[in-house]
Amino acid sequence: MAFFDIPLPVFMGQLLIGLINGAFYAVLSLGLALIFGLLNIVNFAHGALYMVGAFVAFLLLDIAGIGYWPALLLAPVIVGLFGIVIERLLLRPLAELDHLYGLLLTFGLALLLEGAFRHFYGVSGERYAIPDALQGVFNLGFMFLPVYRAWVIVASLIVCIATWLLIEKTRLGATMRAAVENADLVRAFGVNVPLLVTVTYGFGVALAAFAGVLAAPIYSVNPLMGSNIIIVVFAIVVIGGLGSIKGAIVSGFLLGVCEGLTRVFWPEASNIVIFVVMAIVLIVRPAGLFGKAA
Amino acid sequence: MKLFKTMLLAGAATALAAPALAQDGGGVSDDAVKIGMLLDMSGPYSALDGQGSVVAVQMAIDEMGGEIDGKTIELMTADHQNKADIGSNLARQWSDQNNIDLILGGANSGVGIALQEVTSEKNIAYINNGAATAALTNENCAPETGLHWTYDTDALANGTAVAMVKEGNDSWYFITADYAFGHKLEENAMEAVKANGGTVTGNVRAPFPTQDFSSFLLQAQGSGAKVIGLANAGTDTQNSVKQAQEFGIVQGGQKVASLLLFLTDVEALGLDAAQGLTLTTGFYWDQDDKAREWSAKFEEKHGAKPTMVQAGMYSSALNYLKAVKETGTDEAKAVVAKLKEMPIEDAFSRNGRVREDGLMVHDMFLAQVKTPDESEGKWDYYNIVRTIPGDDAFRSLEDGSCAAVKG
Repeated sequence: MAFFDIPLPVFMGQLLIGLINGAFYAVLSLGLALIFGLLNIVNFAHGALYMVGAFVAFLLLDIAGIGYWPALLLAPVIVGLFGIVIERLLLRPLAELDHLYGLLLTFGLALLLEGAFRHFYGVSGERYAIPDALQGVFNLGFMFLPVYRAWVIVASLIVCIATWLLIEKTRLGATMRAAVENADLVRAFGVNVPLLVTVTYGFGVALAAFAGVLAAPIYSVNPLMGSNIIIVVFAIVVIGGLGSIKGAIVSGFLLGVCEGLTRVFWPEASNIVIFVVMAIVLIVRPAGLFGKAA
Repeated sequence: MKLFKTMLLAGAATALAAPALAQDGGGVSDDAVKIGMLLDMSGPYSALDGQGSVVAVQMAIDEMGGEIDGKTIELMTADHQNKADIGSNLARQWSDQNNIDLILGGANSGVGIALQEVTSEKNIAYINNGAATAALTNENCAPETGLHWTYDTDALANGTAVAMVKEGNDSWYFITADYAFGHKLEENAMEAVKANGGTVTGNVRAPFPTQDFSSFLLQAQGSGAKVIGLANAGTDTQNSVKQAQEFGIVQGGQKVASLLLFLTDVEALGLDAAQGLTLTTGFYWDQDDKAREWSAKFEEKHGAKPTMVQAGMYSSALNYLKAVKETGTDEAKAVVAKLKEMPIEDAFSRNGRVREDGLMVHDMFLAQVKTPDESEGKWDYYNIVRTIPGDDAFRSLEDGSCAAVKG
């Protein structure tokens, strides 16, 4: 059986690989969407913070001998705290100004972080080994699936679903959503909105760092890894609908698959297909697939 | 009347200046030999080229004492960001504003070809060390001003691809970086495979740069070819080699041939991932005493052993400066003509000479990456399998397509 001249096993394999890449996109765009939703800031530093997450995991191992599993928790916490400092010191004073200022500030921050890591570690990248428990491959019949890649899908799905449940089903999530709708009113009810904003930024950033740790064993830990992925992730957030949590998750996985299939049918176009989709979505549904029309 | 006087004065001034100008053509312009380096200083090729190349060229300048017969040697560097337009704009700017004498071009074939055009138009000497494409001395040759020094895609194909086909690895699938360099390397390697009785089952063009090669690797795996040829470089190579291992391609019985592998790639990959890879290189720091001695000095300054590109940068700058000294001028065509007469023999080059078409023909090495057990420590990464004499490594002048030489 074949699908568009592509043997089914190859097709299935490509679908799966698309899902794996989609997993990274989903976790990253989820963080971006959260931050945009509550802070109204287009967080250009997101890619750099993803890179910092990978580096923190690398440094934990290199300096302190702390392995992958603790790093999976520690790196997001460390980078999340760093995010909280950024929010308090740098973003807070810009809260009342035009969005553009936040965008410019975070963009500058991204350049600073990248430049600093490039200065100390160069661009050829550092090695980070796949943890022993996740070595090896599953033979699925139609392809060899590295155990680690399977873990990436599982881990990101868990994180995405947990975050979605937190936002949609808990009281804290309800307060957050309310603050998005009308911050002043929520404050009038005695909710500490500034604290909520800070925590949200920290959490969004922690998600980026989590994706960074997940990526570390697959790609070399590299100061440029963030800038390679961030523009794509922005496009995905726009496609999903700015600020929509569900949209970010679903379109993350969906576009990962879309990109993966393009790599079979028209490999040369695989790095622009997401932007083509974005252009089409913006024309047909300007608010994005899951966004509410303004 | 006043106008007439002015014109007369202007005419006299021109007449006086003319001999001075003519003289200038025979000497060193602006009393300085100006070298400009256009490199990838921050992107995927900056580890194998970048700052290390600047260090290497500075070593060549220091070796000449920082001046040639009282004329100082000036060095400028800029980041071409892997964009041909940025590279050629910088070259034009250096030519128009700084009166540059030599441009040393680094990795990236797209930029390399663009610089060839600008430098030949502006009559600037141009030596490229990092760009791989053999087009620089074939369809895009400019033999009066432009030289290609360290290696080219022909040499890579004649080394790695031929060696592997002869071992019985006779069916190939290519994963190719989708720009000038990848296309040329793929073309040369396909020719070499077919000429030696092998077959090509297919190819896929991956955008440059790519982080995730799994889709492409899976297609290569599905092709059933014995060898997956990687026509890419830098971080692209690192990611594809690493991921090939992750997806069990080598365990599945297929071989990975990295057609262009630098020392820094092996360092980043680690010997566990890179062991056994066959590669072709123009230079290895441990190839002989001369190379070891120079590389030790380089490591002191740069903190890493030199790649072939960095060593080639040193060699080309040193020989250029020697040629300027001998001819007494920094006029591009005169210096390049001189370089074609000189034997090229230094820490980098063995049995080297610059051919009519601008190609620096020299011995290349077929090497294999050591296993972790064989390696005695950091940077001890290659076993040299054999030396490929320059005339076997590179395409012959007769088979080449440089119009300016063929007439």
